[in-house]
Amino acid sequence: MQATRDFSHYVRNLDSGLSHIDLAVEGVSCAGCMSKIERSLSALPDVTLARVNLTDRRVALEWKQGALDPARFIDRLAELGYKAYPFEPVRAEAAETEQASFLLRCLGVAAFAAMNVMMLSVPVWSGNVSDMIPEQRDFFHWLSALIALPAVAYAGQPFFRSALRALRARTTNMDVPISIGIVLALSLSVTETIGHAEHAYFDAALMLITFLLAGRYLDQSMRRKTRAVAGNLAALKAETATKFVGADEISVVPIAAIEPGDIVLLRPGERCAVDGSVIEGKSSIDQSLITGETLPASAGPGTAVYAGTLNLSGALRVRVATAAEGTLLSEIGRLLDNAVQARSRYVQLADRASRLYAPVVHATALLTMLGWVAFGASWHDAIVTAIAVLIITCPCALGLAIPAVQTVASGAMFRSGVLLNSGNAIERLAEVDRVVFDKTGTLTLPELDVTNAATIPPADFALAGRLALSSHHPVAAAVARAAGASKPLAGIEEVPGQGVRGFIGDREVRLGRPSFCDADRQANEILSGDPEATVVAFRNGSECHVFAVRQRLRADATAAVARLARAGVAVEILSGDREPAVRHAAGQLGIHEWRAGVTPADKIARIDALTRQGFKVMMVGDGMNDAPALAAAHVSMSPVTATHLSRATADLVFLGDRLAPVVVAIGYSRKARLLMRQNLWLAAGYNLLAVPLAIAGLATPLVAAAAMSGSSLLVILNALRAHRGASAFCSEADEGGGELG
Amino acid sequence: MEVLVFLVPLALMLGLLGLIGFLWSLKNGQYDDLEGAGWRAIADDEPVRDSSTS
Repeated sequence: MQATRDFSHYVRNLDSGLSHIDLAVEGVSCAGCMSKIERSLSALPDVTLARVNLTDRRVALEWKQGALDPARFIDRLAELGYKAYPFEPVRAEAAETEQASFLLRCLGVAAFAAMNVMMLSVPVWSGNVSDMIPEQRDFFHWLSALIALPAVAYAGQPFFRSALRALRARTTNMDVPISIGIVLALSLSVTETIGHAEHAYFDAALMLITFLLAGRYLDQSMRRKTRAVAGNLAALKAETATKFVGADEISVVPIAAIEPGDIVLLRPGERCAVDGSVIEGKSSIDQSLITGETLPASAGPGTAVYAGTLNLSGALRVRVATAAEGTLLSEIGRLLDNAVQARSRYVQLADRASRLYAPVVHATALLTMLGWVAFGASWHDAIVTAIAVLIITCPCALGLAIPAVQTVASGAMFRSGVLLNSGNAIERLAEVDRVVFDKTGTLTLPELDVTNAATIPPADFALAGRLALSSHHPVAAAVARAAGASKPLAGIEEVPGQGVRGFIGDREVRLGRPSFCDADRQANEILSGDPEATVVAFRNGSECHVFAVRQRLRADATAAVARLARAGVAVEILSGDREPAVRHAAGQLGIHEWRAGVTPADKIARIDALTRQGFKVMMVGDGMNDAPALAAAHVSMSPVTATHLSRATADLVFLGDRLAPVVVAIGYSRKARLLMRQNLWLAAGYNLLAVPLAIAGLATPLVAAAAMSGSSLLVILNALRAHRGASAFCSEADEGGGELG
Repeated sequence: MEVLVFLVPLALMLGLLGLIGFLWSLKNGQYDDLEGAGWRAIADDEPVRDSSTS
């Protein structure tokens, strides 16, 4: 049965009679790749558009409807040496792209207006001390108003909307004082212009908006970049299923195109991508991603299987169930909902600062007004001075203080292989004082590995690897991977449930169960030393070797755990795996706190208990059974190999085979929090200097402009220091990452 | 100073022209792939395709 590939789910039919598909492409890194791909793909007949996006590592293709099968593009790219995967733009990503271009439009309008108003303001400032006649000043002020009012109405939307949203929810955020400041500055300026006064603050309002929009755009584009990479990774992981489209006809389709009631084929060595129940076939299955249990379970008709289950021995036909039927999944979903609700109570640093800041500033302005009236000033002058206080305290530096640091820190994390899923994860990560690891797939590598490779002659190892390529069994796959084999042997026969065998010349080679290769004695020797290992035997004529295969700890796991301990972060293991396996891993890593055989609900209970004791817990896990715990913890992280649900739940995702990014990320976030606080103090310090001037009635528009740009620059320069993490967490690991270049 | 009546609108028109240019380039998708666009500028021109075959 040869499966056809069906990509119709990803193809969008455009109105113009063209079809469109986006492909995520691995390995596109330079201009050479770009032009090679574009030329080769546009040489295909009927292709009207082939355009590489080097930033997102994607190709957009358009062709005449019905003229081509999209699988051809993927084959063509494979011939060129690039792996490509159809890509489905996530709705969140499309919304963010739209948001980014809106921010950029606002920024363009605000910058244009700020420059032109400044062009009109400078002559007024110099004219006020020389010989400008009032009519000219009024003319310039009116022109400024003409530019500023429509520009602010358009470019201020991001702030006004956010402030309105906050006020409707009966809270405040940074945008509330910003919006009040802008609106008051403009209305004061208009009334002053009508009254032929000397000062107008149009330039201050526009400059404020421009600075803040620039900060916001940078922040947003950094987040969009990490999201694009995360989206590509999701596409590369290619969650597909083999679906029966006829009695004996199968087709490889994306998961999103699978409906409940469909029947899918699960071959040995494949990971199940759907929830359902077995209707035909017998096999043993590995549920470790779901339950954490590494011992295989047997499956037959009626057995429930879940997304993430690995099929080990026989082919299974699975009827797809609706999500609600899967008891385990619905249980996990329920736990997840509760946990997510609990976490949304976290208040960001910026909002906490503005809750403190807004009342103080508004009270100061009010007192200023009352004070001037009490000292006998006219109401008009008192109000003008009070509004000047509000304008000069309008939190330009405060608004930049946190986004600027976040942008630099998330860029640095991105380079060392950590992607941010949620905006305020940096702040929460910085507070972590206890890290809870899952074992399987998190402390250990997700794939099996041969542990006794050194004891086997290289020639035999290489031959065993080539033989192993003919088997679908994950243990055989581990042998093939460890041997670096790429050329399968010819004429190999698979004996179901036993292994594979074939002939080289007249010498028989076998790979499989120890009994299949007459190697029980060697196998028992290995098993007595390491009861957790899985053994696979290899017979080459009369010679015989046994491979011990097991999950191996990540190469730098011990160093990472030690570095956490040195930095004062406690580490513990919560695993669904059996006790001996967890004890063994904990012993190797030097971790004293561990729990084995833990259910998803137990994991949450443990994390809640730690939280009640006052710990800020970071959960690091990859399995479906970790997802609720990931959501319950103060902050969470997943390896990129994790199940979809875990990756979507975790606040951060780390790439690669090393554990170092976990440690480095804490370092970056601690440094970032330090800088955020410094920036807030810098901004407050500037206010302490500027506010007395404003209260005294000396804050001319020139003073406001100079103070505002000066403090913003200071805050941005300070934020640049976030590209280095806190030293305790980033020693040699700093250079280690860089998968993303 | 009557020259202002002529100069100020001129300055504003020039600025507006720049803004319109920026908004056009944004709409045209020129900010979608900042990394690739830099390389495209120095890449060789595409070979001329025979229009009768496509």
